[in-house]
Amino acid sequence: MNEKNNTLLIYTLLYFGFLYVPVLFLPIFSFNDANYMSFPLAGFTTEHYEEMWSKRNLHKALWASIKVGVVASVISTTIALFAAKAFARYKFRGQKISYGGIMMPFLIPEIILAVAILIIWINLGFKLGLVPVTIGHTLFCTPFAMLILIARIEGFDFSLEEASRDLGENAWGTFFRVSFPLYLPGIVAALLLSFIISFDEFILAFFLTGSDATLPMYMWGQMRFVQKLPHVLALGAVIIVFTTFIVLLAFWLRNVGQGKVKKDIAVKL
Amino acid sequence: MNNSFIQINNISKYFKEVKAVDDVSFEIKEGEFFSLLGPSGCGKTTLLRLLAGFEYPTNGNLLIDGTDITALPPDKRPTNMVFQNYAIFPHLNVEKNIQFGLRKLGLSNDEIVNRVKDVLSLVKLEGYEERFSNQLSGGQRQRVALARALVRQPKVLLLDEPLGALDKKLRDEMQLELRTLQKNIGITFVFVTHDQQEAISMSDRVAVMNDGKIQQLSAPNELYKNPKNIFVSDFIGETNFLKAETKSSDGEYINISIEGLGEFKIKNNLNIAANSSDVVCSIRPESMMISKVKSDWDICLDAKITQTSYLGEMTRFYVQAKGINKTITVSSQHFDNKSFENNECFISISLEDISLLNKK
Repeated sequence: MNEKNNTLLIYTLLYFGFLYVPVLFLPIFSFNDANYMSFPLAGFTTEHYEEMWSKRNLHKALWASIKVGVVASVISTTIALFAAKAFARYKFRGQKISYGGIMMPFLIPEIILAVAILIIWINLGFKLGLVPVTIGHTLFCTPFAMLILIARIEGFDFSLEEASRDLGENAWGTFFRVSFPLYLPGIVAALLLSFIISFDEFILAFFLTGSDATLPMYMWGQMRFVQKLPHVLALGAVIIVFTTFIVLLAFWLRNVGQGKVKKDIAVKL
Repeated sequence: MNNSFIQINNISKYFKEVKAVDDVSFEIKEGEFFSLLGPSGCGKTTLLRLLAGFEYPTNGNLLIDGTDITALPPDKRPTNMVFQNYAIFPHLNVEKNIQFGLRKLGLSNDEIVNRVKDVLSLVKLEGYEERFSNQLSGGQRQRVALARALVRQPKVLLLDEPLGALDKKLRDEMQLELRTLQKNIGITFVFVTHDQQEAISMSDRVAVMNDGKIQQLSAPNELYKNPKNIFVSDFIGETNFLKAETKSSDGEYINISIEGLGEFKIKNNLNIAANSSDVVCSIRPESMMISKVKSDWDICLDAKITQTSYLGEMTRFYVQAKGINKTITVSSQHFDNKSFENNECFISISLEDISLLNKK
C-alpha cells in the first residue's frame, strides 16, 4: 500500500473514533458498579438497569415520548407524502417557493422555532403540554420525511398510475392499489425516521412541555443529581441501541424494491 | 360493420401555445386496424392519449360507438391501452396484473378465472402466472400488457408504439402476431408508430400526421403509390424529388417539364394547377431500371454511378444523370457494380411512375 492510502486510513479511523468512542462510554459505564463515571471500572452490575425499570416517572416520560412521536410522525409523513407526490409528479407555479417553505425548518434554529411556538401558544390562551410539543415536532419532522419520500417517488414510473386508470380504477383505487403499495417502503422509512427525530428531540420539548416531561426532558431533569446518574446511563444505552436499530431499518426499507423499479426503467429506456 | 365506430370531430389540443393536435377530423371503422403514423412531435401520441382519456381536447368532440366520450375519465371509457413501456405493475405477478382490471366489472370468480386463462393462452403466456415483471423478457412483458388490456374486452384497443423496445427480429414476429390476433378477435385497434414500414405492413388504413394535422389518410398501398403531398411521399419509403413546372392541362392529363428530362404528358391525379412552378416530381428508387445498354422505356438517361451500397436483398446505386443537378437513388435486385464498365450506365423511367406533387 502506498503512503497516501495509509494517511486516508488513519484519517478515517480518527474520524470514526472521535464520533463513536464517547458514545461507547455510555453503555460501558452503565454496567459499572459505581456512581461516578471514572476509570478504573469498579465491577460489573445490572443494578442500574433494574433501578431504571423501577422509576415510575420514567415510565410516564417514555409513554409521553411515544405518544408525541407516533402522532408527529404520522402527521408529518402524511403531509410529506402528498407534498412529495405533488413535487415529483407535477410542475406548478410557485413550486420552488413552496418546496423551500416546507424545507425551512431545516434552516431555522430550533430554539427560534420553539420560542415562536411558545409565544403564539400562550397568547392564544392555551396551556403548555404535549399538544404544542407534537405540533412543533410535526413541523420539524416534515422536511426529513419529505426528503425520504421525494427520493422514493422521483424514480416512480407514473404510467403505472395511468395504466390503473385505464384499467377501470378511479383516483382513490389507483392510489390504494398501485401508488401506495409501491411507495410503502418509503412511507415506513419516513415514519420511522420522523419518530426517532421526535423521540430524541430536546429543545422544542424543553420550551413547550410544561409539566408533562418527554424522555429527553426526564433525562435532563435527572442529570442534576449525582446519585441518579447511573440509571440515566442505562437509559441512554438502551436508547442508543433502539435508535440505531430503527435508523438501520429505515435505511434498509428506503432501498428495498428500488432495484426492481430501476430495472424496469432501464428496460423502458 | 359500423363505418363511423370512432368519430374524431374537429379535435384540437393545445399545450400553451403549441398546437399538438390541430383541428383533426376523421372516422375509424369497427374492427379496423388503424395506424397513426408520423415523426416524433407530430401529435400522434397526443391523439391516442385523447382517445384514452389521459388528456382532454381544447376543442372538438370524440365518439365511440355512438357515445360521446369527450369528457369521460379513462376509467369510464370503452378503451384500453398498451403502453410504450408496458407499465406492468411491479408489485403484482402476471396473473394479478391481468386480473387488475376485472375487479370493477362485476364478474363471478369463475368468469374471472376463465377470462384470465383464455387471454393467457391467446397471448401464449400459459405457465407464467406467478412471474413478476422483472422476471420477464421484453417480448413477454409486451404480451402481459396486451393480455391485461384485452381481458377487459374493450371496444377499442389503443397501442402506443408497443414494438419500439423490441429488437428487429422479435418486432417482425410480433407485427405478424398482432395482426393475426386483431383479425381473430375483431376488436378495433388504434396503433401509434413512427415506423412507416410497421404501419404499412400491419394496418388496414393509416393516417400520416405532421404538425398536428392529418397529411393523408388511406390504405397502405395508396400511401405508397399515390402520396398526396411532398411530406407523405418523403416519409413513406424512399423517393427522388426532381424540380418541375406544369404547362397546359386538359383535365385528366397535364403537360409538365422536368429538370434535365424534358417535357412530358402525365396523368394529373391530384388536380394540380396548370402553369405553376410550385410543383415537384417524385420517382421511387425501385421504379427505375438501371442497365448496361439503352432501353426502350419512356425515358432513358445516360448516367454515371458515383456510389453503391449492397443491402443484401437489393443494391442501391447513387447515380449522376446528365442534366440533373443532384444525385439520384436507384434500387435494383439484379446488379452489383462490377457489371458496369467505368461506372457508366443507363437509367430508365416509365411515365406512369412519375408522381406530380404540390410543394405545399
